[in-house]
Amino acid sequence: MVAALKAPGQPRAILGLIIGAAFGFGLVVSLRAIAGLEIFQTEQTGYPHVIVPAISGPIGYLVGLGCFDYWFRWAAGAPTVPEDHSQHGAHSWKDYFKFNTDHKVIGVQYVVTTFIFFLIGGLLAMLMRAELAQPGTQVVDPGLFNGLFSTHAAIMIFLFIVPVFAGLANYVLPLMIGAPDMAFPRLNALSFWMLPMGGLLFLASFLAPGGAFDAGWTGYAPLSTGAPLGQSFFNLGVQFAGASSVATALNFLVTIVTMRAPGMNFWRMPLLVWANLSTSLLVVGATPFIAGAQFMVLMDRALGTNFFEFAAGGDVISYQHIFWFYSHPAVYIMMLPGFGIVSEVISTHARKTIFGYRLMALALLGIVVLAFAVWAHHMFVSGMFAWLRVPMMITTLLIAVPTGIKIFSWLGTLFDSKLHIENTSMLFALGFLVTFVIGGISGVMLGMIPLDIHVSDTYFVVAHIHFVLFGGSVFTIFAGVYHWFPKMTGRMYDERLGRWHFWGTLVGMLGTFIPMHWIGMEGMPRRVADYAAQFGDWNLVITIFSFILGAAQLVFIYNVVVSWKYGPKAGPNPWRAKTIEWQVSSPPPVFNFDEIPRVVGGPYEFGVPGARHAIMHSDEGAEVTEPEPATVGAASGGGGSK
Amino acid sequence: MKDMSRATFLKLAGTALAITVVVSLVMVNIDWMGMDGSTEKGPIVTMLNVTIVLSTLVFSVVMVMMVYAIWKYRAKPGDESDGEPIHGNTKLEIIWTAIPTIIVVGLGIYSTIVLNDIEAEASNQMEVDVTAQQFAWRFDYPEQGVTSNELHVPSGTQLELHLNALDVLHSFWVPEWSIKRDLVPGSDQPAGDNIDDVVRVTPDVEGTYSVICTELCGWGHATMRAAAVVESQEEFDAWAADQEKIPEGSVSTGAAGGKGAGVYNDQVAK
Repeated sequence: MVAALKAPGQPRAILGLIIGAAFGFGLVVSLRAIAGLEIFQTEQTGYPHVIVPAISGPIGYLVGLGCFDYWFRWAAGAPTVPEDHSQHGAHSWKDYFKFNTDHKVIGVQYVVTTFIFFLIGGLLAMLMRAELAQPGTQVVDPGLFNGLFSTHAAIMIFLFIVPVFAGLANYVLPLMIGAPDMAFPRLNALSFWMLPMGGLLFLASFLAPGGAFDAGWTGYAPLSTGAPLGQSFFNLGVQFAGASSVATALNFLVTIVTMRAPGMNFWRMPLLVWANLSTSLLVVGATPFIAGAQFMVLMDRALGTNFFEFAAGGDVISYQHIFWFYSHPAVYIMMLPGFGIVSEVISTHARKTIFGYRLMALALLGIVVLAFAVWAHHMFVSGMFAWLRVPMMITTLLIAVPTGIKIFSWLGTLFDSKLHIENTSMLFALGFLVTFVIGGISGVMLGMIPLDIHVSDTYFVVAHIHFVLFGGSVFTIFAGVYHWFPKMTGRMYDERLGRWHFWGTLVGMLGTFIPMHWIGMEGMPRRVADYAAQFGDWNLVITIFSFILGAAQLVFIYNVVVSWKYGPKAGPNPWRAKTIEWQVSSPPPVFNFDEIPRVVGGPYEFGVPGARHAIMHSDEGAEVTEPEPATVGAASGGGGSK
Repeated sequence: MKDMSRATFLKLAGTALAITVVVSLVMVNIDWMGMDGSTEKGPIVTMLNVTIVLSTLVFSVVMVMMVYAIWKYRAKPGDESDGEPIHGNTKLEIIWTAIPTIIVVGLGIYSTIVLNDIEAEASNQMEVDVTAQQFAWRFDYPEQGVTSNELHVPSGTQLELHLNALDVLHSFWVPEWSIKRDLVPGSDQPAGDNIDDVVRVTPDVEGTYSVICTELCGWGHATMRAAAVVESQEEFDAWAADQEKIPEGSVSTGAAGGKGAGVYNDQVAK
């Protein structure tokens, strides 16, 4: 028992949580007692004796888990423990609950954790749809309803879509570039473990007096600055999820720039690597803004600052500028990695090289640049400076150009190909083309100010966001999970169940979100627990299809769980793909490669006689005739030290 | 695309065009945005229809290409060969960069023209000060010196709405009139100088409508409604003569401003 509490792991983490929370609580109580203040301040924007433990408790958990052991030992001048790799790789299921520095273990931890939050977020949506099936109030009261859509969105965005992409890339990206791990394995593990802290804070807000945070995931001031305690849990949860996201992005940037295998210059990187490079640039630039916005709200609430207190000279609209300066780039943070996945899946299952590879990569960078110059299109009716609207409309509409390049290039890839649509991942990639084009078109409509004035804050916006984030991001997530499932688990999934899942998801998705465009244009505002009777019929239809959509996900869960345990063995390269992750065993060895591969060609050279992407062993490669081009900064594979 | 003949290309383009024509004809004949009850809404509905035709064209082109590719290039069972090693086509790539650019820049110019059109000031205006608070509306008529919880308008008069909120953000929308704008607390304060708190709309069809709050404002958001009545000038004058006077010394906007928390608390307590 004592030994378990001394060694890093879950028992010590729980102890750390308790000690951390108790320390924070004691600190607040004693300081307030010394200062002669009322010990328990229970104004709804206050509760310092809850807020401070909500910060120190999770940090105590991370310390207890062992996230900081190495750094503490180093800082204290203690003798360095020889690298024994005991925290690297998983040998039993228990290792997935530990601080583990293997990028493949962390990738699995990410994907499993985020899918659990996906289910929780989905159940919250089912509750909402149950309430909205008929006009009037039947299932939940309006206050709880506001909490439901706020937590649904916060969990889906911060705990599912953003991190699941980080998880998939964590697993495959180092393999793809021929690296033995990420650049900073300990930071990588810390990034993962901060994530559930954020999620648990979001969920814990349901227990707070006054209920879960209910100012929307946008948390607009001053509704959020005056809201009950749950809002503070949102402010804090975003900090943990955001810090996790930024640290991972830094890790990806350093990994991609410094750890590519010899011969892999930038124009030989698979598009998934390009996509994560672009995404990481966005995360590093934008995510600090939402962290800042939520800190400012928390300070207005708890410390009496007046950033957004209009009566004290604060500026209400400035919250929206800071918030959207993150949250619009966030849309691309949630989409670019999916673009990368779709490129891999389409190229592999169409047996064809990506059409216009260089323009595809440049289009990603074009989106990164434009993404920082469009945020105010969320604010066309907000009362901000009127002159800002037209310039932001033009940049917004221009984003359709690089996005269109990607769509047309994928279509170009399908021509003269050998299409294998029997693979579920390819079905999801093609389904994505359908749903994402619809989401892109409604995005252009929302970008046009006169149309936006009418449909802003209506169900049209709800329809658009779900076509982009569900039809876009989630479809690509499923494509990626099916594509790399054999690599991650070493086993094949059931394609028949996969097809059931795809068709159920597609039909449920279209039936749920297409009618939302119509009722939105007709006048149904969003974020309402009750609505005019004229919208009753369509809302019932939407609810029925949303339950089909929810049920289809059960097929996915069943398929994945059963296949992981009992599926037929996959072999190293079931899709006959060219990229490096498929040239090693499934799952790959603990340190990925026996020797660092040499990259000698592009990543998608299907149908080119004699073309190779990478040479895996130094004793082969005599048959390669193409001269190896000079590369910069690609030699530091770092494999020698392991 | 290598082996695609001119005839196949024309067939595909023709299919996409035919789909566009048929679908557009159906779609532009549906009143997506409901009744047209203001002079500003007409140009917006026209714009929607233009966008629908263009969107249908883009969507049909993508779908026809995709369905054709799936039908034509699907691998036979057991076929493990690779597709043609085609890496790109600079001419095509320039085309599909240039055409969308032209389309979206055109839409941007069109939007700017329509925006100026629907925000133009008319000669016959009437000022109404709109004040929102959780979860109620108040309409003050400084020219008539009266106040009401209903918005009454003489048909064909351009309303100049001065917007303010007392607690949190709200948003003014009458779906039949299309125009929408947030009411921002603090827009009457010095720090709110840059807030654009005036919006104009000209209802021109008599009838009774609903003012809907479209910015999340708390638990009562879904039911924050007020009646909006468009009537003849005579009916309006008779109605205005009947209303309460704006109390002496009351400032129509911002009088009860203060910490949003206070109002929120009061509302939760009720």
